[in-house]
Amino acid sequence: MEKQVILNEKQFELTLNRLCFQLIENHDLFQNTVLIGLQPRGVHLVNRLKQKLESIIQQPVTCGALDITFYRDDFRRRERPIIPSVTNIDFVIEGKNVVLVDDVLFTGRTIRSGIDAMLAYGRPSKVELLTFIDRRFRRQLPIQADYIGKTIDTLASERVNVEWKEIEGKDNILLYTPEKNSNG
Amino acid sequence: MDNLSVDHLIGIKDLTEKDIQLIFKTADSFKEIINRPIKKVPSLRDITIANLFFENSTRTRLSFELAEKRLSADVINFSASSSSVKKGETLIDTVNNILSMKVDMVVMRHPNPGAAMFLSKKVNAKIVNAGDGTHEHPTQALLDAFSIKERLGEVAGKKVVIVGDILHSRVALSNIYCLQKLGAEVMVCGPTTLIPKYIHELGVKVEHNLIKALEWCDVANMLRIQLERQDIKYFPSLREYSMQYGLTKEILDNLSKEIVVMHPGPINRGVEITSDVADSKQSIILDQVENGVAIRMAVIYLLAAKIER
Repeated sequence: MEKQVILNEKQFELTLNRLCFQLIENHDLFQNTVLIGLQPRGVHLVNRLKQKLESIIQQPVTCGALDITFYRDDFRRRERPIIPSVTNIDFVIEGKNVVLVDDVLFTGRTIRSGIDAMLAYGRPSKVELLTFIDRRFRRQLPIQADYIGKTIDTLASERVNVEWKEIEGKDNILLYTPEKNSNG
Repeated sequence: MDNLSVDHLIGIKDLTEKDIQLIFKTADSFKEIINRPIKKVPSLRDITIANLFFENSTRTRLSFELAEKRLSADVINFSASSSSVKKGETLIDTVNNILSMKVDMVVMRHPNPGAAMFLSKKVNAKIVNAGDGTHEHPTQALLDAFSIKERLGEVAGKKVVIVGDILHSRVALSNIYCLQKLGAEVMVCGPTTLIPKYIHELGVKVEHNLIKALEWCDVANMLRIQLERQDIKYFPSLREYSMQYGLTKEILDNLSKEIVVMHPGPINRGVEITSDVADSKQSIILDQVENGVAIRMAVIYLLAAKIER
């Protein structure tokens, strides 16, 4: 796999800050807005956004984590079952503005499952989508993000990894390209 | 993580410790789901499950049916008392007729030991054993161990005594396998006539004195006397059994430590356990029932992942 840095530590930080200010522009002090991260990787992004938002607006921001395993449409199309993660939504989403958060937007299928899973908790008044990386032109469903960290063009065979200081030791975003087969 | 090592759930004997842990981990998620306002997920919406009950059951059948419905599977129910079995149809014929209606999974309870194993070899569907005679009742053992884990934090190293009619109990056999695989110590307790002769070969302790058994254990699983399976008299009277092996509040309060009380149901109040014990804080009987749905959802979900499209 060939590795390429899409966002380095500094750009990563700048992008996160911009996303926070965009959220504040639309949601003011988050009185009626909650952030929900999709398990497993969207939750890291939510945690970081929460930290930053709270230090900027000096108000608590309600955040949750949503597992979508049982709502996926590729059940039985995979070799191995996906092990579910924890869902942690200890607030009411009825009538709230919900911002769904995931690290990478690719085919849109995860987000579709996420919307389904979220609706099991009630009827929000509005739902938006925030993604750190948008792999455009790769969508298989009509789903677009409202807040985008960075848009990139990729091949389906490539992989995008968002790495976090608290997990991988460093904040950055990497693009992995499979090497061309030397056997031709 | 890998899926289960088995294609059917016939008995705990065939499962590995890893399988059991995978079922528990999946059940944790389902337990959260069944406590949501909308207690349903769409995972199995393209799967049809037949519940075949050749023997009476309330709890297990409802629990399986609820588990299947909460996974969005289509469900058909069958009970022997109202079917062509009465007209002389064989098990294979009955099941094959049902499978011709495109059923993917069969949950079966049957009075004959080995019925589920037999079926799994003859028909092309995933089989879940919901109790086969005096052999095994795997989902009950899984939910019992899951409930112990939930209450005590861990199963490994815990001491569990199973009290009562061990001879006729599929719950006892499945529980012994399951608890041992998870690293617990198991003791059985009951009158000599109701303890199988070769039980020590399973590596369990045997005790005939209830008080001693309770002093030893962390968890007591009180079984029902299965009068419907007893062809001869195994003890003089129910009253005498109850005096020797019935768990009362007085016995419980006089123990040197607090133990957890379980019962797989149906309870015969006043025989193996008194009402004040069954309804006490130490009893996790109703938790067992709730966990039953989550465990069965997990088993069905994991087996359904193995159905080929």
